[in-house]
Amino acid sequence: MSFQTFVFYALALILIYAALRVITARNPVHAALFLVLSFVAAAGIWLLLQAEFLAITLVLVYVGAVMVLFLFVVMMLDVNLARLREGFWDYLPLGGIVGALLVAEMIVVLGGDYFSVGEMPQPAGHAAGYSSIKELGRLLYTQYVYAFEIAAVILLVAIIAAIALTLRSRKNTLYQNPGEQVAVRREDRVRMVDMRSEKRAEERA
Amino acid sequence: MMDSVEQLLGPAWPVVWTLAKIVAIVLPLVLSVAYLTLAERKVIGYMQVRIGPNRVGFRGLLQPFADVLKLLMKEVIVPSGANKFLFVLAPVMTIMPAMAAWAVVPFSPELVLANVDAGLLYILAITSMGVYGVIIAGWASNSKYAFLGSMRSAAQIVSYEIAMGFALVGVLMAAQSLNLVDIVNGQRGGGFWSWYWLPLFPLFLVYLISGVAETNRAPFDVAEGETEIVAGFHVEYSGIAFGVFFLAEYANMILISALCSIMFLGGWLPLVDTPLTFIPPIFWLLGKIAFVLFLFLWFRATFPRYRYDQIMRLGWKVFIPITLIWIVLIGALKLAGWWAW
Amino acid sequence: MIMRRIRDFFKTFLLYELVKGMMLTGRHFFQRKITVQYPEEKTPRSPRFRGLHALRRYPNGEERCIACKLCEAICPTLCITIESEQRGDGTRRTTRYDIDLTKCMYCGYCEESCPVDSIVETGIFEYHGEKRGDLYYTKPMLLAVGDKYEAEIARARQADAAFR
Repeated sequence: MSFQTFVFYALALILIYAALRVITARNPVHAALFLVLSFVAAAGIWLLLQAEFLAITLVLVYVGAVMVLFLFVVMMLDVNLARLREGFWDYLPLGGIVGALLVAEMIVVLGGDYFSVGEMPQPAGHAAGYSSIKELGRLLYTQYVYAFEIAAVILLVAIIAAIALTLRSRKNTLYQNPGEQVAVRREDRVRMVDMRSEKRAEERA
Repeated sequence: MMDSVEQLLGPAWPVVWTLAKIVAIVLPLVLSVAYLTLAERKVIGYMQVRIGPNRVGFRGLLQPFADVLKLLMKEVIVPSGANKFLFVLAPVMTIMPAMAAWAVVPFSPELVLANVDAGLLYILAITSMGVYGVIIAGWASNSKYAFLGSMRSAAQIVSYEIAMGFALVGVLMAAQSLNLVDIVNGQRGGGFWSWYWLPLFPLFLVYLISGVAETNRAPFDVAEGETEIVAGFHVEYSGIAFGVFFLAEYANMILISALCSIMFLGGWLPLVDTPLTFIPPIFWLLGKIAFVLFLFLWFRATFPRYRYDQIMRLGWKVFIPITLIWIVLIGALKLAGWWAW
Repeated sequence: MIMRRIRDFFKTFLLYELVKGMMLTGRHFFQRKITVQYPEEKTPRSPRFRGLHALRRYPNGEERCIACKLCEAICPTLCITIESEQRGDGTRRTTRYDIDLTKCMYCGYCEESCPVDSIVETGIFEYHGEKRGDLYYTKPMLLAVGDKYEAEIARARQADAAFR
């Protein structure tokens, strides 16, 4: 067994264990952390496939950003485990059907006659100066440029929609405009008054 | 001699050799972290017209070792109700990215552990994992202050990572490469004026300031905020567990400084081309790192802490638009062929 | 107005004010340091300084205290405990004179109330206790302090005499 094979199996074991724990862990925070672990293991496997850009992007986007926000929310939740498990038996049949469907599809894809590993052509080896990032960039901005731009626009629309749905401006909130505050000069706020000194009542009399 | 050792070890040689190289990077790193803590206390002391630590050893030079010894001897207290495993894991999660990112940092044209193509991306990915240590520490401590601190810190780090990433996008557009060695070589030419800090000046500022925010250093240290939330995410940590957090913070500072020197200050390239070439390249890089680190300490001695909403405003409403505008500008210049660097 | 707007704009984006602040700390970086290196260097101390207590004696060796208990009465923190009895020669003397230094707040009232200048506060402030009870000073301890630092105490009283 070569070193690469060993690394592959180690990562695969970690990945499967972590993925199992994501759905079996009682504590949602633990589940989220196991999801992070499975992402990292998956990134490792992609690295073995020489897809370093995808692997690093997986870590950067999912581990570094998405899961952080996910954890954020999960940690803030006051999760009641008993209530969560209430509907377990009601949802079991539906969940079972979905699971079985997924397994069946996997069998068709991986073990069938049409898509199995043996049917696929061997990917060509790469020259020494090959950079998968450059290739990806070239493809994204030439062949798939419309798809890429449309995806970007859809994401933008989603962001704006999310903000528009949650944005509410309350009338009674007080907030400052730092730019205005910084730009203020003394003359804008203070008026110097030249005033005659006043005398006390008995002195005036 | 190398050859005989190589033959002796046989197939284990590459592993041993790599390990040796890792130790050769990590050991000086840890030492510089130790002395950075001393330098910080000295520099801030001097700026406050004090002397700073000067009792342990000659002019306080042994102070870091005294501190480490003290931390090692103290008890590590795990709070009741804390999640023990995650509580111990958190400091490790913080220090791991700070160390791992050094794998692709080039010290001179030849001195680099792994000269990978996507070095810049690797660094972005690895440093983005640093936030987990903070989040896990805050959650596992089972303490309000720690949790508040970790929430603040996580939000801050995630926000500034975007500005930082965009600043680096500018660099890679200018250098046309993600490889750190190529980025430095792209700044070769007229010495001081051909480094990227000049054409990418706004990005340089954004990167530097985001770097301060990323490492939770003053004036962006709301995650610790000792006047508001005691010590933030590491309130519950004591002894060497706290020491590891401390180590990670300073290691991150050094890393950010190193990256800043490589991306914007010409890495190992000399200040002016002709008369100063007798100084080995690595000393140029170390000097630049030291300069940026001094800036970090200078900031801390000068600026009061930002308010939390101001931090968010600065990150989202100022830095990100600036970087976006500058990226478009670089693209336009490159396309028009007016890019002079 | 427009000019000011433009100037403010550039000031903001070139971080003018931040640079100004950094120049200030930068200047201080090179200033002469004013730290007093404590055990080796000390700041000047007034003769009125109120530190560790002492019980004084007359030059002939007789202790000054006459057990009038004025100090005990005036002490705001009730840290002085005095017991007295008549001695063989018919004078009233203390059999017990304790000061709990952990309670004492060094107000100096005992010193001022004393009609015979017996209880005084010296300029000593670098004393310590290593175990519980070490800072509970009894009569022999206070007398010993007085005997040891009599010259210094007398000098301080002399220096301050004109103002009393």
